Amino acid sequence: MSIKELFKKKSKVDQHTIPSAKSKADVPEGIMTKCPECKHVILTKDLLKNGKVCPSCQHHYKMTAQERIDHLFDEGSFESMDDHLKTENPLDFPSYTEKVEADAKATGLNEAVLTGVGRIQDTLVAVAVMDAHFRMGSMGSVVGEKITRAVEKATELGIPMLIFSASGGARMQEGVISLMQMAKVSVALERHANKGLLYISIMTYPTTGGVSASFASVGDINLAEPKALIGFAGRRVIEQTVREKLPEDFQTAEFLLNHGQLDAVVHRNDMPEEMNKILKLHARKGAVLV
Amino acid sequence: MSKTLAFEEPIVKLREKINELEEYTAVNDVDLSSEIVNLKNRLVKLETDIYESMEPWDRVQVARHPERPTTMDYITRLFEDFIEFHGDRNFGDDEAIIGGIASFEEMPITIIGHQRGKDTKENVRRNFGMPHPEGYRKALRLMKQAEKFHRPIICFIDTKGAYPGKAAEERGQSEAIARNLVEMAGLKVPVISIVIGEGGSGGALALGVANHIHMLENSTYSVISPEGAASILWKDPSLAKQAAEAMKITAPDLKEMNIIDEIIPEVLGGAHRDANKQSVEIRSTLRRSLKTLCELTSDELIDNRYNKFRSIGVFSE
Repeated sequence: MSIKELFKKKSKVDQHTIPSAKSKADVPEGIMTKCPECKHVILTKDLLKNGKVCPSCQHHYKMTAQERIDHLFDEGSFESMDDHLKTENPLDFPSYTEKVEADAKATGLNEAVLTGVGRIQDTLVAVAVMDAHFRMGSMGSVVGEKITRAVEKATELGIPMLIFSASGGARMQEGVISLMQMAKVSVALERHANKGLLYISIMTYPTTGGVSASFASVGDINLAEPKALIGFAGRRVIEQTVREKLPEDFQTAEFLLNHGQLDAVVHRNDMPEEMNKILKLHARKGAVLV
Repeated sequence: MSKTLAFEEPIVKLREKINELEEYTAVNDVDLSSEIVNLKNRLVKLETDIYESMEPWDRVQVARHPERPTTMDYITRLFEDFIEFHGDRNFGDDEAIIGGIASFEEMPITIIGHQRGKDTKENVRRNFGMPHPEGYRKALRLMKQAEKFHRPIICFIDTKGAYPGKAAEERGQSEAIARNLVEMAGLKVPVISIVIGEGGSGGALALGVANHIHMLENSTYSVISPEGAASILWKDPSLAKQAAEAMKITAPDLKEMNIIDEIIPEVLGGAHRDANKQSVEIRSTLRRSLKTLCELTSDELIDNRYNKFRSIGVFSE
């Protein structure tokens, strides 16, 4: 190396830390996080400790599928399923494969849902947790297949099924195949129900379109997180159709509760205890007074 | 003459020319009969050429043709003694879906279908064939009734989609559709769905969890309208024509993807040209379908439906 090179100014770009795609995908970034609702600023680690709920206004931040599992399941009890399934490009949509691969890299998931079997305060359940960080949680073949297999696993083991929905709806790039995933999960749920098994649907922000119009709405018990957006058609589409201003709380969990579509709206930090109560009561099915 | 679609222009022009010549020979003493015969032969060839190489967008236009036969047009031609039953027993009667009982060649059956209007007045009453939740709940009530009395169920699918309105959301549009998907999965009687026009998304699927799904040749079945797809994917609804191709929504597309069972051939130019002839085609498919399914036990029917939908999806392991 020559003397000249030693003293050469290094290009600025070399010294930048490039944020990984993963950190960009997670909501809380950096040491402090500002609540998008009330602007309250909180230490990110405290936010995470509080289940990603703003302590000031109770805003529920989006959770990743893994965070949801960690929040609810007994430590180390969760075993994931079907992480090897891979999305194809059935309609040959340009750049679809690249988009899916980029999201897979960013989220560490193979698709927009994490499925498996685990324990909630000792009760064994099968679970599907959708992740809106992956293609808006939209439902393509792999999402439909993973959820269906999880439901079939629950049926086979005779255990409750839990689905945490977080989805913008159908996966446009898979066209009518995406639509048919609604039916696929439904036929599996019918078998599960037919065995007298419990299915709990938990709707989180957002649960819309084809997911709302299929498995998310037909739990034996339908729960939702506060303020979660839940609906069939998009707000803008409805406004254009009916040409009237919609109420502020339209399509929120509270709106649905008022209109008889939900059993309860449950605060995220109350969810472990509520879930435990429901599961334990159902485990004692057929018990008689002594 | 019914409404002309863009891709039919050459046919209409040639037909006009033939008419002109015929009128001319009628008034004047000139013999043009050989020219006319020639042109008529050309017309037949042109019609075959055009109608047998229809693009997806052309089919969308035929599927949406204002004179395309509706559920009721087929009910009167295919069944006897139809009695319409109304209401969901909870909220009201949604005229965007009609249902009832009838007989098909002596066999009692239940019929349910989306119903568009024939004119503006009827379309307002029927909400352009876009159901509210009570429509789907009426459909489910009639399916359960059919199950109780061991009647096969025949569904006609013909909707742009479930209605995206405020009241529909308030009364649980999502739940109504979702409930039908699950309940249809467990029906102990044969279920046959025939897409006769547009099969629009969840609003269509809510009558579509069937043992056999058939599509008229020029009908469509899709997760979203071509216009909707274009505006979501490319932020430009005017690219609907391209979206119609990209989304693979025609009967031949769905047959290729193994989602539907049979394509029911349409009369040349589309079902609206001759509803009677079209009904003959539907009848023969329906008859074959019913014969096959009526041989299955309740459990076999449920398994058959399970396997049908269970196998849909494209992925690798």
